[in-house]
Amino acid sequence: MKCRKCGGTAVLELRRHNAAFCADDFQEFFRNQVREAIRRHRMFTIDEPVLVAVSGGKDSLALWDVLIDEGYRTTGLYLDLGIFDYSVESRGKCEAFAAARGVPLMIKRVEEEVGAPVPVIKQVTRRPPCSGCGLSKRYLMNRAALEAGMPVVATGHNLDDEAATLFGSVMHWQMDSLPRQSPALASTHPKLVRRVKPLYRLSERETAAFAFLRRIDYIVDECPFAKGATSIAHKEILNRMEDASPGAKHNFLFGFLEKARPAFERAEAVVLNECVRCGQVTTGTLCAFCKLADQVKRSV
Amino acid sequence: MKVVLRNPRREVELAGNRRVKDVLRELDILPETVLVIRDDELVTADQLVTDADTIELRPVMSGGAQ
Repeated sequence: MKCRKCGGTAVLELRRHNAAFCADDFQEFFRNQVREAIRRHRMFTIDEPVLVAVSGGKDSLALWDVLIDEGYRTTGLYLDLGIFDYSVESRGKCEAFAAARGVPLMIKRVEEEVGAPVPVIKQVTRRPPCSGCGLSKRYLMNRAALEAGMPVVATGHNLDDEAATLFGSVMHWQMDSLPRQSPALASTHPKLVRRVKPLYRLSERETAAFAFLRRIDYIVDECPFAKGATSIAHKEILNRMEDASPGAKHNFLFGFLEKARPAFERAEAVVLNECVRCGQVTTGTLCAFCKLADQVKRSV
Repeated sequence: MKVVLRNPRREVELAGNRRVKDVLRELDILPETVLVIRDDELVTADQLVTDADTIELRPVMSGGAQ
């Protein structure tokens, strides 16, 4: 297989683009996709500091790598979920990356912030572990950015993540989630920072290939709690469709963003308040994070 | 050839030479879900893998909390 650009030996075939690339040209393709995402959605400017949420996985470290090379002023944020050896290893990967690239890394421990690590939160809430984990991550990312005076948080969500989330939302017609599904969520309240996903144009396999080619040392093993997660089941379904029809995931997500999302956006009318306890943004009076912390306090 | 799989880590032996895409088909693995690595390099689905080779099929899927 030959590289579409230079004719050299290809290392990666991208069936949805009907193309294959050599190592160098694939990396340039990858960077161009990130540049296009940032430009198209006005995610941030070169003058703005960007908080990059990193997990030690391929996506977030690949994103951080690109943004550093593009000259953005970045700080990493690692949330220590307290998930046994998995968290120890993933934290180590982030620390090593930050040290090697000479960039700052902030670390927040969920146990300190919520009162217990994710495995205990899972027991207390009797809900899937990803539920309390996702809630805590979104809250702590926003708060960390606010406290550090950063206007934007960038996460490593890729095309597969976004397509799987959309698939789940459509399967249940979650009318509150659909308008919020976007590569860039604007700040709609002084205490909400912008949230952006510069990798949304790139598949999971493409981010893995980029991380591999850049020799980024990332955690390959899955989170032990992700086994059986609904999002994984949805990804498997979408990958079967992709295999039968290359471009299926891309068309599903991009078709929604371009054609359907505006209709859902118009339907959304949410009043935002400040949590009576912590002052962070909520649609009620006490935010979901404080409710979770209360529940943990009562049980631990 | 030796095929290294992850999550959990295990090894499978396959006899004879064949193309990467045939290895994947035989193991019922979708090409979209893995990187194929030989001698620390990525290889495409049309590449021939020989009996003496070791290849790693590194999963690319991650998930859970969004």
